[in-house]
Amino acid sequence: MKYIDEFRDGRAARRVAEKIAAEADPGRRYHFMEFCGGHTHAISRYGILDLLPKGVEMIHGPGCPVCVLPAGQIDSAIRLAERPDVTLCTYADLMRVPASNRTSLMTAKAAGADIRMVYSTLDALAIAEAEPDRQVVFFAIGFETTTPPTALAIKAARAKGLGNFSVFCNHVLTPAAITAILDAQEDGGVRLEGFVGPAHVSTVIGTRPYEPIAAKYRKPVVVAGFEPLDVIQAILMLVRQANDSRAEVENEYSRAVTRDGNRLAQAQTEEVFVLRDTFEWRGLGEIPNSALKLRDAFAAFDAETRFGVDYRPAPDNPACECGPVLRGVKKPTDCKLFGTACTPETPMGSCMVSSEGACAAHWTYGRFRDAPRKSA
Amino acid sequence: MAAAGFDLKDGRVDLSHGSGGRAMSRLIDALFRRAFDNKLLDQGNDQAVFDVGGGRMVMATDGFVVSPLFFPGGDIGSLAVHGTINDIAMAGARPLYLSAGFILEEGLPLADLKRIVDSMAGAARDAGVPVVTGDTKVVEKGKADGLFITTTGVGTVPDGLELSGDKARPGDAILLSGTIGDHGVAVMSKRENLTFETEIVSDSAALHGLVADMVAAAGDAIRCLRDPTRGGLAATLNELAAQSGVGMRIEETALPLRGQVAAACELLGLDPLFVANEGKLIAIAAPDRAQHLLAAMRAHPLGVDAAVIGEVIEDSRNLVRMETAFGGERLIDWLSGEQLPRIC
Repeated sequence: MKYIDEFRDGRAARRVAEKIAAEADPGRRYHFMEFCGGHTHAISRYGILDLLPKGVEMIHGPGCPVCVLPAGQIDSAIRLAERPDVTLCTYADLMRVPASNRTSLMTAKAAGADIRMVYSTLDALAIAEAEPDRQVVFFAIGFETTTPPTALAIKAARAKGLGNFSVFCNHVLTPAAITAILDAQEDGGVRLEGFVGPAHVSTVIGTRPYEPIAAKYRKPVVVAGFEPLDVIQAILMLVRQANDSRAEVENEYSRAVTRDGNRLAQAQTEEVFVLRDTFEWRGLGEIPNSALKLRDAFAAFDAETRFGVDYRPAPDNPACECGPVLRGVKKPTDCKLFGTACTPETPMGSCMVSSEGACAAHWTYGRFRDAPRKSA
Repeated sequence: MAAAGFDLKDGRVDLSHGSGGRAMSRLIDALFRRAFDNKLLDQGNDQAVFDVGGGRMVMATDGFVVSPLFFPGGDIGSLAVHGTINDIAMAGARPLYLSAGFILEEGLPLADLKRIVDSMAGAARDAGVPVVTGDTKVVEKGKADGLFITTTGVGTVPDGLELSGDKARPGDAILLSGTIGDHGVAVMSKRENLTFETEIVSDSAALHGLVADMVAAAGDAIRCLRDPTRGGLAATLNELAAQSGVGMRIEETALPLRGQVAAACELLGLDPLFVANEGKLIAIAAPDRAQHLLAAMRAHPLGVDAAVIGEVIEDSRNLVRMETAFGGERLIDWLSGEQLPRIC
């Protein structure tokens, strides 16, 4: 596979690993956060941690759209789906995310709600066209990468005059979440020396939005692709910045990311969406200006308006440590539920659901490294 | 055939074909008996009676619900023959006879049914394992997806051979007979919503010939055999590790994998380790005889890509881990949920 195999090459990886080992100061510890779940997945799947010296530690970030969606939003989606006139279209990842009272979209579907798994917004549009008697609601989640397709679907629905299509918008913004983590750090949160910046998100927003963050908090950001060689190269670049006391935004993923990003995609998003004043994130709490909603001009396609969705915050399982895990202050293995009550088959928290979640990644790929646990 | 009130070209299955009346009798005579054509079936009894000549027997059964019914490299009929023969063969046994149960959906084109039954008969003939008894039922439209097939097989195990999934021991070699993921990707390529052009064909094949060669070459060194079907290589290695109370370590660079299958998996977000195979086997063998066994596998047409992919290790948690091509180590876990349903 041209353009993929090169970025998974073991010999090239060893060369980068040798440089990291040679350049990392054995007398200090380096704590870097990979913001994206895609990076978390790559680190676990390719065993990248085995190639790093002891003093270089990777902390998993909250960049997993399924993980950061609070239970209250899933509750809202379930209430929508339970309406007899509604067909709720969702990505399969969301089906098993725990909502309140041991429910999930999966349990709602089993109980009779019309919930359908789709691969893209276009599938949802096609259902709306094929079934004009159904109110088709697309459960839109994700960071800046998935937002432009949702914008296009809404515009397509308007162009086609589809009165039975609407979007339950839960799109969230990356820079706001990075800022929230760094603010929490100042209040005694996790100590970080830098970030591996998002891959796909940055293809859309570019690297420019990270510049004020790097400058204000004095933290380097290296935007990296999702292939393992991208990740380990970015770690080397972060070690070098830390050694030089630099706090720059560097672009390891230059084959796909520019400083200004995809202007066309940004324009689509800008046309359809506007900032919410505040949005609740699982684990991070309310973050101002961190999510999007539909502009008034597109209110006819806004499921929140059409069906009067009212947001009711819902508590997570009190024993679940997804919050601290998403903030980077705890590791999956610090959670009592990890691997006992909570596994990918029976997830108690969102981080165990998505393959990009820190708990699922460690359970699926890395738990052989843990000391055997006494079963409870 | 239309003269007999039975149109194999344009007709469709209707409820009368399962009613026990004349239409059903005609269907059986014109289609099943003609295709499967053997003396035991021709006796026309509700069962087949045969001599087994003493010794130990093996019996296995498997249901087939694959969608779509026809896929590159096979169809539900040939798959139903290969699948059960392989379950028998994994005991090191020689498969003797098959039975076949058909659940037909009202409305199934008789031409499709004929194509499937002919394919099934061809697969049975090629394997030398006749279908000697069977059953047909018809259900109303919407109650089945075209047709479902269940096959059961019996075979005999050579004296002294006792293969079992609980016999893997630390130090044993893990061998794989060929490339992984071919069947699953071939089926997916035909699925609605997952269309892409590819030359990948299913590896669906009867493995008893390969097994016979392996047993002849190094039967005493083989601890167990298993075919990695649903859940792929990952599920089968985990099953064997749990059954034997051991761990396993495999090497990614040693795994036979076609470039096109790897590319298709990349596109679909699938991991080939979890994708189904229908013509591959895993052998756990004594380490000192592994190369001898490997040579015997490679000498058989269904084992030319065979490789030693790893070894059995001690691990009280029975985990399967893999040295990645990238240079790190990762766990190979059980699949959680269905990667893609109805693959066989």
